[in-house]
Amino acid sequence: MKKQKKQKISSNKRWEIGGNIVMSILAICAIVPFLLLFISSLSSESAVLKNGYQFWPKEWSLDAYAYLLNHWQSIGHAYLISIIVTVTGTVLGLMFISTFAYTLSKRKLPGRSILLFIITFTMLFNGGACATYIIYSQIFHINDTIFALIIPGLLMNGFYVMMFRTFFENSVPGALMEAAYIDGASEFKTFTKIVVPLSLPMFATVGLTLGLSYWNDWTNSMYYISAKHTELLSIQAYLNSVNESIAFLANNDFGQTVTVSSIPSTTVRMAVGVIGVVPVICAYPFFQKWFVRGITEGAVKE
Amino acid sequence: MNRKVKKKIRWKAYIPLYLMSLPALIYLLINNLFPLYGLQIAFRKLDYTKGVFNGDFVGFDNFKFLFSTSDAWVMTRNTVLYNLLFMVVGTVLSIAVAILFNEVRNKIASRIYQTAILIPYIISMVVVSYLAYAFLSSESGFINNGILKVFGKEPISWYSEAKYWPFILLIINQWKSLGYSILMYLTNIMSISPDYYEAAAIDGASRWKQIKTITIPLLKPTFMMLTILSIGRMFYSDFGLFYQIPMNSGPLYSATTTIDTYVFRALMKQGNVSMSSAAGFYQSLVGFILILGSNFIIRKVSKENAVF
Repeated sequence: MKKQKKQKISSNKRWEIGGNIVMSILAICAIVPFLLLFISSLSSESAVLKNGYQFWPKEWSLDAYAYLLNHWQSIGHAYLISIIVTVTGTVLGLMFISTFAYTLSKRKLPGRSILLFIITFTMLFNGGACATYIIYSQIFHINDTIFALIIPGLLMNGFYVMMFRTFFENSVPGALMEAAYIDGASEFKTFTKIVVPLSLPMFATVGLTLGLSYWNDWTNSMYYISAKHTELLSIQAYLNSVNESIAFLANNDFGQTVTVSSIPSTTVRMAVGVIGVVPVICAYPFFQKWFVRGITEGAVKE
Repeated sequence: MNRKVKKKIRWKAYIPLYLMSLPALIYLLINNLFPLYGLQIAFRKLDYTKGVFNGDFVGFDNFKFLFSTSDAWVMTRNTVLYNLLFMVVGTVLSIAVAILFNEVRNKIASRIYQTAILIPYIISMVVVSYLAYAFLSSESGFINNGILKVFGKEPISWYSEAKYWPFILLIINQWKSLGYSILMYLTNIMSISPDYYEAAAIDGASRWKQIKTITIPLLKPTFMMLTILSIGRMFYSDFGLFYQIPMNSGPLYSATTTIDTYVFRALMKQGNVSMSSAAGFYQSLVGFILILGSNFIIRKVSKENAVF
């Protein structure tokens, strides 16, 4: 008896050790590419040209960042555009999604099934990138405006609406709303004063997912913003342009001109990558909790 | 009379609710329903003098032309096969890892693991393409310089040899999305009542036996949901993965063209609206059938797991 128990403990222990080993390997695999990017950006150009990107370069240097510091205007501007787009898009999106979901959560509402059909239909069928582009560019003339970065595709979708609706139906006590109606509060007032304060976790969860998709978006820029409109370049679009041609750095200088050959291009490329990734990584610890919640909440089907 | 008044008041009470749903409805109209109207250009001859929507109606001519090219076959094959590959590998890996992750008892350790494996999921594909470039660049990439050179192998020019790309794309896809699907399965595992395991332990079942007979069968809801979703999306691909990671490199097109990249390139790079819209219509239609079909099958097999 005693022996059997001992065996079982050691079997569980083995599983635990196995789990730790596998998870450590995965965690390292997830991080290592970022290390290579970061260290490469701190290598000297000549070391990279000789030995390639290394995890421990022969020679360290800040040249790439010094070069980018000279271009702080265009990078700062790209950050600014990204921030404006992310904040506006997230706030608008949350407003649209939550009000719509609130309407859907009213079981007695006449025509509710029609609204539900519309939202389900948009989740199942869409016109695709080409038809969407034609409509936005030919009918709404959205090209080369800031709206092109905010409106197409990202603002809201059915899954977020359904998440919000489930939350309103199950986690906001109906009695509280009833009490508000009896006190003579309007529907809108009930929503803003009672429902919204009780739903802040949901706003944080969906808001972060929305915000992240705005911050990370580059497809809208590729479709709707033409190359000469550098004033509408977001940070992701900036990265994309450098990806397409390192010469972009030389040409996009708010008036300064430099020759392409003068750019320490292999390391600058890595430094640009670092600039793209640093804000998200820095903000990540603060939003991780809500972000994980968004994933796991989606996993639990209503 | 009395009844009529009552009904009127009821309607009036609902007006604020309708007003609240209006912004979203207008957005869905513009973003989701108008493009359906735009789908008709797949059936028209493009004529800029008449405007995009007023070209002559040509029936299925655009489709005939599209399917007479090898592009149609290549992009369909790539889209479907990559999706199958990602689905099978992703499911096996994420279930296996989620089970192992669940064995980690140390709170701090599991928090660190969770933080790390989700980082790839939160960054954009553009950033991923920078990371991939650091490894794959033929002149300065780590693989050519740090691995192949050390073992005395010839460097490989990764961005022009298509045969490596199914593996590269698989690895990058899993690297980026595994954290997310592991978390989905882990949530499912943690929702399983510990009573089952205690009962099994009393009966003397080994850990492996418990996993085989309790954990894996009870992962069915998540497995079903993720599988329906991926079957429904079988005709869609991650545009970023197939466009950004290969850096839009021409020699790789045979291995990296999916319907989404084809639609983009035909529309934005070649200005071939007819082919792009035909491919887009093809994608929307087959995608819709796949979603309805997969859900229909699930409804038959186990109703409670159906998405709608």
